[in-house]
Formats: sequence, structure tokens, C-alpha cells
Amino acid sequence: MTENRVSTLRSENLMPRSSEWRRARGSLIRARWPIVAIGLLGLLVLVTIFGPAIAPKDPNRQTLIERLLPPLHTNEDGQLDYILGSDVMGRDVLSRIIYGARVSLMVGLAAVLIGGTLGTTLGVIAGYFGGVIDDVIMRIADIQLAFPFILLTIMVLVVLGPGVLNLVIVLGVGQWVTYARIARGQTISVRSKEYVEAARSIGATNLDIILRAIVPNIVSPLIVIASFNVASVILSEASLSYLGLGVPEDVATWGKILAESRDQLLAGKWWLAVFPGIAIMLTVLSLNILGDWLRDFLDPRLRGNGM
Amino acid sequence: MGKFIIRRILQSFIVIVGVTLLAFLTIHLSGDPTYLFVSERASEQEIIETRAKLGFDRPLHEQYLTFLARLAQGDFGTSLRSRKPAIELVMERLPATLELTFSAMLFSLVLALPIGIISAIKRGTPLDGGIMLIAMFGQSMPSFWLGIMLLLFVGLQLRWLPISGHEPVLSLALEGNLIGAISAIPEAIRFLILPSITIGVFSLSRNARLIRSSMLEVLNQDYIVTARSKGLHQRNVILKHALKNAMLPVVTLLGLEFGFLLSGVVVTETVFSWPGVGRLVYNAITGRDIPVVQAAVVTFSFMFVLLNLLVDILYVQLDPRIRLN
Repeated sequence: MTENRVSTLRSENLMPRSSEWRRARGSLIRARWPIVAIGLLGLLVLVTIFGPAIAPKDPNRQTLIERLLPPLHTNEDGQLDYILGSDVMGRDVLSRIIYGARVSLMVGLAAVLIGGTLGTTLGVIAGYFGGVIDDVIMRIADIQLAFPFILLTIMVLVVLGPGVLNLVIVLGVGQWVTYARIARGQTISVRSKEYVEAARSIGATNLDIILRAIVPNIVSPLIVIASFNVASVILSEASLSYLGLGVPEDVATWGKILAESRDQLLAGKWWLAVFPGIAIMLTVLSLNILGDWLRDFLDPRLRGNGM
Repeated sequence: MGKFIIRRILQSFIVIVGVTLLAFLTIHLSGDPTYLFVSERASEQEIIETRAKLGFDRPLHEQYLTFLARLAQGDFGTSLRSRKPAIELVMERLPATLELTFSAMLFSLVLALPIGIISAIKRGTPLDGGIMLIAMFGQSMPSFWLGIMLLLFVGLQLRWLPISGHEPVLSLALEGNLIGAISAIPEAIRFLILPSITIGVFSLSRNARLIRSSMLEVLNQDYIVTARSKGLHQRNVILKHALKNAMLPVVTLLGLEFGFLLSGVVVTETVFSWPGVGRLVYNAITGRDIPVVQAAVVTFSFMFVLLNLLVDILYVQLDPRIRLN
């Protein structure tokens, strides 16, 4: 009998989950575009993982006699050798874009992970404990928000010099405020719910309450923000790399390929500028479409918040 | 009302202190900042002299106070490359940057309003769908890439507009030559179009989407239904009753927008060889000319903070509900 009850309870617990998935699938099919976005992002992840296997050439190999070849270039045997053309040092543009995907995606995810973790932790602490802690954290957030952060990023990177780690940390720290504000607001609204009271009354510690009762219940708006955020970090990374502040010389990124195209534009070498930009745009567009859908699906209240 | 303004001014003051502290601490991130202020070929003697002259051998808090005192006099040190005062270089180029920023802001706001309103009124139609799709693209492009594309296709291919160059207007006006400034405007606009579009498209897309969703929210309110049932003309309902309320979230963003556009300026000026602070910063970055970068960052931040203060005060005028909080 008891055995039976436990198993019904379990299946009841599972029920909403599978119906949630079904609801998500239905909503995805109705919205159509998010499916395309997820497909593109999936492709991008594959390219990131299997980059070395997919890339037709070594992205840094210079073949000076084959410099600035236009796209769809064929060699003497009539075989396609530079699908998206070659750059001023005779490097394969397609291979560089494929390797660039790794950097862009990794920088985007890592920075959001850092900013998201930092911001959520501080936001939950501020919201849960309130008082002086709350005041201090939120005033710091206000100061950062009132400061054009990209300028500070530029200055920090000029001083520290380019480097993937520097870039990730600086961009990550730049993002925490958004998460902190949302996490704080959500925590305050969840804090006085019955299940939190219940947990407290059976003697759960603050840490337990935060990790088991609060965080799981505030996570969906944070996921929505994260997906928009990866997009904006990728855009920032591209700008910084374009300014020569992103990554070291030997790392190919989309922003840097664009920076290198600068001197070739007047000579009409359009492919150096067009393709990496399309790669950035499709990635960011997919993330934005996905974010829009996630917002409507998980948390329609966020609509109209300028997000 | 007065209380609110005083509180906001105090807040802005704290932010400015925060900005100077960050600008000060950043240069210490790499250890001994002396090396950032001497050229790479500097002799040992020169390094020691610079360290003593800039006070990097003294305790940190003392250095910060000196930094503040110098800042108050607009002294950011001299550029490592041109040997001129850094702030002078920034100020020389500021008018060109302001021209670009304001025309980008104008472009994005003037177009976002009608586009957002039309999209909201025609909600669910192919027109709305098309506009929103384009806006989605506009928010997903790196602005400097759009600039490169405009330069390639509108500038080089079609030869409709110049791809670089600048006709000063603001600096003429500041010198008191108003007639000269006004007569320079038509020529200046030709140079401004491509870079302004480049910087403004992201904001245009975001604002259009924002105005649309805020309009949709407002159009469902009871007072709109009332206005309609009174038999008011559609145009009156939209322009008089709905728009005023729908504009509020947009005004909040205006101040932030300016900062955002200013940051877009650095990259865009590089693309179009615009002779403003952005290109100065770019050249300073490549030459590791720290005093110039610092002067530009602090100047931009001050402007940003002051503008946000103004916007907030304006906002209270527009929305009386805020005053109660």
C-alpha cells in the first residue's frame, strides 16, 4: 500500500514535467522561427566542437602566392579550394570563420556564466537578507549602470593587453547588474511564500532555503536574460576584437577577420568583410529569436520591459 | 519634487566619484603603471623621472587625491605620441563626435516613432510582421559591420554618398561663426548620413520594438476604450491619448541610449575615418597612449552621467506618478 502511494506520488511529480515539454514543443511549432534559430545554434555548436575536423584548411597557414583569392576559387584541377576566398596573407576565410565560431561562442557563454553566477548570487543575497547588505549591493549596481561600461572595458583591456581570459572576465563582470536586479526582485517576491516559511519552520538553514526553495523558483527569467545576454556579449566581443582589443594575434575571431578586412575594402575585396559579418549576424539573430520565444514561453511578464 | 532632484544630484555625484576611482584604479591593474606612461624605448633614467613626476612611488590613497586634484584642473597628463595635453586632444575632437551622436539619435528616434506606432496599429498584419523582422535583424548586426557594408555598397559600389570626410558645423558655431555653420549644414549632412545610420540602426530597431509593445499595452487600457467610445477620431486617440503614455519607457531609455551611442561612436568613427574622439581613442589604443584613453573615458562618462541626470529630471516632469515615490 505504502509502496503504491510512493509510486503514484512519483509519477505525479513527473507528470507536469512531461506536459511542460509537450507545451514547449507545441509552442515552438506554432512560433516556427525559434525552430530555425535552434537549428542554426545547434549547427554552430557542432561547428565549434568539430571545428578542426570540418575546417578545410589550417586557419593560420599562410600561402602568400594564393592571397586575396575571391570566393568559389578553383585550383588548376578544377577543384574548389577557397570556398569563401582567401585573405591578404593567403589564409582560408572559411576555416578562419569556423575557428572564429569557437572563440565567439566560448567567450559569450563564459562571460554570461561569470556575470550570471555573480549577479544571481549577489541579487539573491540582497533580496533574501535585505537591509544594509541589500543597500550596498544595489548602490554598486546603480553606479555601474550609470557608467558606459564598454568604455571601462576598453580602458581595462588597453592596460591589461589583449587575451581571451581578460576579455571573458571583463565582459562577464560587465553583465552582473542585470542578473542581480532581476534575481533580487524575484527573491523578494518568493521570500514570503508558504513553501519558504514551511522550509524555515522545519529548521532548514538559510543556505538550504536559498538553494532549494528560492533559486529553482526564480531561474526562468534569468534564463531568458542569459539568452539575450550571450547575443550582446558576442556583439561586444566583435567590436572589441575589431578595435584590436579582444584576443591575441594568433587567434582568429569574427571581429578580427573584419578588422583585417579594413585595408582591403577600397580594393574591393568584399568577401573578407561580408562573410564573418553574416556569421555574427546569424548567431546573434538566432539567440535573439530564441530569447524572444523563451520570454514568451517562460515569463510573459517580462514583455515590454525593453528586453 | 525638489527632494527628488537633490537626491538624484547626490547620486550622480557618487557615480562620478565611482567613475574617477575606477579610471584611477584601472591603470594600476598591470602592476607598476609607470610603464604605461613612458614610450617603449624609454631609458631607465626617464622611467625613474616619470615615476617620481606622476607620483607612482607614493601611497595609493595619496595618488588618488592627487589624481582628483589634477582632474579638477582638466589635467590628464600629456599624450605619449603628440606630446600635447590629453584633454586638449579630446576637446578638439569632441564637436565632431557630438554632431555624429546627435544625428544618430535623431535618426533613430524620428523613425522609431512612426514605425513603432504603425506596427502597433497594424498588429498581426504582414506589414507588422515585416517591420518586426527587419527590426530583429537590426538588433542582431554588429553596428560597425553594417557600416562596412554601407561603405562597400552605398559608398564604393553605387557612389551615392562619400565614404569618409567631415564638414565641421558645431565647432564653427562654437567659434561664433553662426552663418558659416548654417551654410555648412547641407554639405555636413552628406557626410553624416552613412555613419549616423551605422550607429543608429540598433537603437532604431530597439526603440521601434519598444514603442510598439508599449503602444499595444496602452491601447488596451480603459481610458483608450473610453476615448474610442466617446467617438473620438482614431488619429486623436492614438496621438493624444495613447502616445503620451506609451512614450514613458522610451524616455527612460534616452539617457542610457546616449551612452550606448557614444560607445558605438568609437568603432564607427574608425570605419568612416570620422575625425572625432572615437578615432582618437582608437589611435590611442593602438599606440597604448593611456593618458588620451583615460581623458576620453572620463570625459564621456561625465557627459553620460550629466545627461542621465537631465533625463531623470525631465522624466519626473512627464510622469507625475514618480514624484510620490
